[in-house]
Amino acid sequence: MTVTNYLTEGFTLRSWLTTRDHKRIAILYAVAITAFFFLGGAAASLMRLELVTPQGDLVSAETYNKLFTIHGVIMVWFFLIPSIPSVLGNFLVPLMIGARDMAFPRLNLTSWYLFVLGGLFTVAALIAGGVDTGWTFYVPYSTAYSQTNVILVLVGVFIAGFSSILTGLNIIVTVHKLRAPGLTWFRLPLFIWASYATSLILLLATPVLAMTLALVALERFFHVGIFDPAFGGDPLLFQHLFWFYSHPAVYIMVLPAMGVASEIIPCFARRPVFGYRFMAYAILGIASIGFLVWGHHMFVSGQSMYAGMVFSMLSFLVAIPSAIKVFNWTATLYKGSIVFSAPMLYALGFVGLFMIGGMTGLFLAALALDVHLTDTYFVIAHFHYIMVGGSVMAYLGAIHFWWPKISGRMYPEMLGRIAAITVFFGFNLTFFPQYLLGWLGMPRRYHEYPPEFQLLNLFSSAGAAVLAIGYVLPLVYLTWSLLRGARAPANPWHATGLEWQTTSPPPQHNFEREPHVTQGPYAYDPVR
Amino acid sequence: MRFTLPAASDIAQRVDVLFYAMIALTGIVALGVLVVLVVFCVRYRARSGADRTNPPTSKRWLELGWTFTPLAIFLGIFVWAALVYARFYTPASGAMTIFVVGKQWMWKAEHANGRREIDELHLPVGEPVRLVLSTEDVIHSFYVPAFRIKQDAVPGRYTSIAFTPTQVGEYWLHCAEYCGTDHARMGGRVVVMAPAAFAKWLQEGNASASLAALGFELFRRKGCSGCHAAGSTVHAPDLAGVYGRVVHLEDGREVLADEGYLRDSILLPKKDVVAGFAPIMPSFQGQLDEGELAALITYLKENK
Repeated sequence: MTVTNYLTEGFTLRSWLTTRDHKRIAILYAVAITAFFFLGGAAASLMRLELVTPQGDLVSAETYNKLFTIHGVIMVWFFLIPSIPSVLGNFLVPLMIGARDMAFPRLNLTSWYLFVLGGLFTVAALIAGGVDTGWTFYVPYSTAYSQTNVILVLVGVFIAGFSSILTGLNIIVTVHKLRAPGLTWFRLPLFIWASYATSLILLLATPVLAMTLALVALERFFHVGIFDPAFGGDPLLFQHLFWFYSHPAVYIMVLPAMGVASEIIPCFARRPVFGYRFMAYAILGIASIGFLVWGHHMFVSGQSMYAGMVFSMLSFLVAIPSAIKVFNWTATLYKGSIVFSAPMLYALGFVGLFMIGGMTGLFLAALALDVHLTDTYFVIAHFHYIMVGGSVMAYLGAIHFWWPKISGRMYPEMLGRIAAITVFFGFNLTFFPQYLLGWLGMPRRYHEYPPEFQLLNLFSSAGAAVLAIGYVLPLVYLTWSLLRGARAPANPWHATGLEWQTTSPPPQHNFEREPHVTQGPYAYDPVR
Repeated sequence: MRFTLPAASDIAQRVDVLFYAMIALTGIVALGVLVVLVVFCVRYRARSGADRTNPPTSKRWLELGWTFTPLAIFLGIFVWAALVYARFYTPASGAMTIFVVGKQWMWKAEHANGRREIDELHLPVGEPVRLVLSTEDVIHSFYVPAFRIKQDAVPGRYTSIAFTPTQVGEYWLHCAEYCGTDHARMGGRVVVMAPAAFAKWLQEGNASASLAALGFELFRRKGCSGCHAAGSTVHAPDLAGVYGRVVHLEDGREVLADEGYLRDSILLPKKDVVAGFAPIMPSFQGQLDEGELAALITYLKENK
């Protein structure tokens, strides 16, 4: 007789769609965002194919513009933002703090339905012919000039935003109220610190996005003069409001990734994380200073020169805690006993790529350099190093690390390592040439480009093909492992988190007995 | 394939020095971290014989060191980059003003003598230039990579950027802010010429009167002179020599009368009412296109 776990509690579709179990909701999110990831990836693949030649010969200019718009909208709001927070946050936060579930299980399921509803609107816009505003919806193009399905997408993102807000609220309350006895704040794993800080941003920034998008829709319908100067509005006001959300949104994507790296690296280096307190403070520092730097997206927008200077200085400040984290992860390897399993390869790749992405961010924070580099491929390369090299690498690392706990099966280790290395090389081949393209002056969102940029674009497109293989591989072998993988023990990595003290997969209520915490996290010993 | 970009303006050279300095700095740090990472990975791989007694979990001096050292360096870079940035917005006195208008999907430039060009901009080498940008529809961004300049053209206002071309040649001109279907095709070239050749170019094929003359004609035809001319019976500010002056406003503010102020005063006269005058001027919104506005403002600038 099999022991019951959360996966065997019910096998009907109904049992999944009406579940209030945080672990099952995490799986629902994983299925939804995986579909969106491959949809957004398909759009990117078509763009990279188009850019193989300088002429616009594969798709029309209209289609290309719709492709980069849908790529951005889907990857930002329907993959990256819910990726680690909603999938792994949902699965792990209660387990890591020794709770039976999230604080508000019904609200948790509501969040998923809102997310799916928002996604359906966005997919409907795609089927109805797409949208061509860019994911940034800059006015007055989005309010008065675009002839495409702007409203449908605005509604989709607006609704998905409430999913973010409610998930953030749920995680905040859960971390405050449901920690196991003895689990004080400074005994929390860094993944919890990161999820908590991320949730604060989700809760505080997303409403601003919702209001802004609602105003764009109002202006498009009724010509209210908020943003369009033709009706007495101000287009820069839109940019301020949009980036007030969308810059912190970058930290929604990368803080959880930092949390993941801080779990995986100590585990496979077999030693406590270096500088735990600095790491926790750095997470809070990034989350709070991150709210004050949005104007660095607007150095050439016509905002005042002095405003530009303030935002530039604050942007340099926010880089400090990120630098601290890179140094601390590196120092965590010192005197460790390092095993290079697939999750560790992803985590080490994350550290390197995040460092390059962060350092090139300094170039963009430097005012005079940003004037030349902004709106070129340098920016594209920079934020893909953070969001793909950083967040997606960490997401994949996390999926592999917690796969035994989530599925109760082991993934094939050698294939896992091969995929991690493929993703790393494919990623660099795709995006490193784009730094050079940007420095040489190739603007972003270009369907055609001057012929001297072709060679670098070819490298980038070739890299995208390698990257695609690297992303399909895990989809195949992880699915395979669900049926044929070896049964996972409770704690295959000999890790210290509370989530490893229960069975794999965990029972519906997570723990047979409520855990009592008597020490800090990461009590690893390299000698044993 | 070339891996360098011509540095064809005074600012381009300064930007490049900053860029290469930052490449060197971040390169050294990145390489340093990478070397340490690889050394640790090899030395402390599982089952190696390295010493692992008492792995440190915190070292206060080290952590404070790698917090405050980057901070100091970052603040230095910030100041350096900000000083170069300020040059974009502080034109040399006597800089040549050229009005550039963005429109889906073309750039139109108007020189002071009335010469107009589309998707091209001719400039004399060695002479300070100030571009005053506006747009007739959505946001565009005037981008010349060889000059390292980029500035958005924003609906409803003027923006400007200043530089001095330093090398004769032809350079790409792009639109860098996404503006709709043919965004990628919006642009052309900037042609930097020797001063004599530029002067010749400016004259040839120019059938139009100068911007200031066009503006004077508009000043009378649109009825501005009915109130603003000397001896008018309507109580309105005298506009002779207004450009560049500090104007005291009815609500107590003081503003510098630049192109943006003059533009707003024509299109949004209630916004900045001059002290001592009643807000009786009608708005000319919708009655003047960007070219006519440029002409009127040029006339006001030259009407000393």
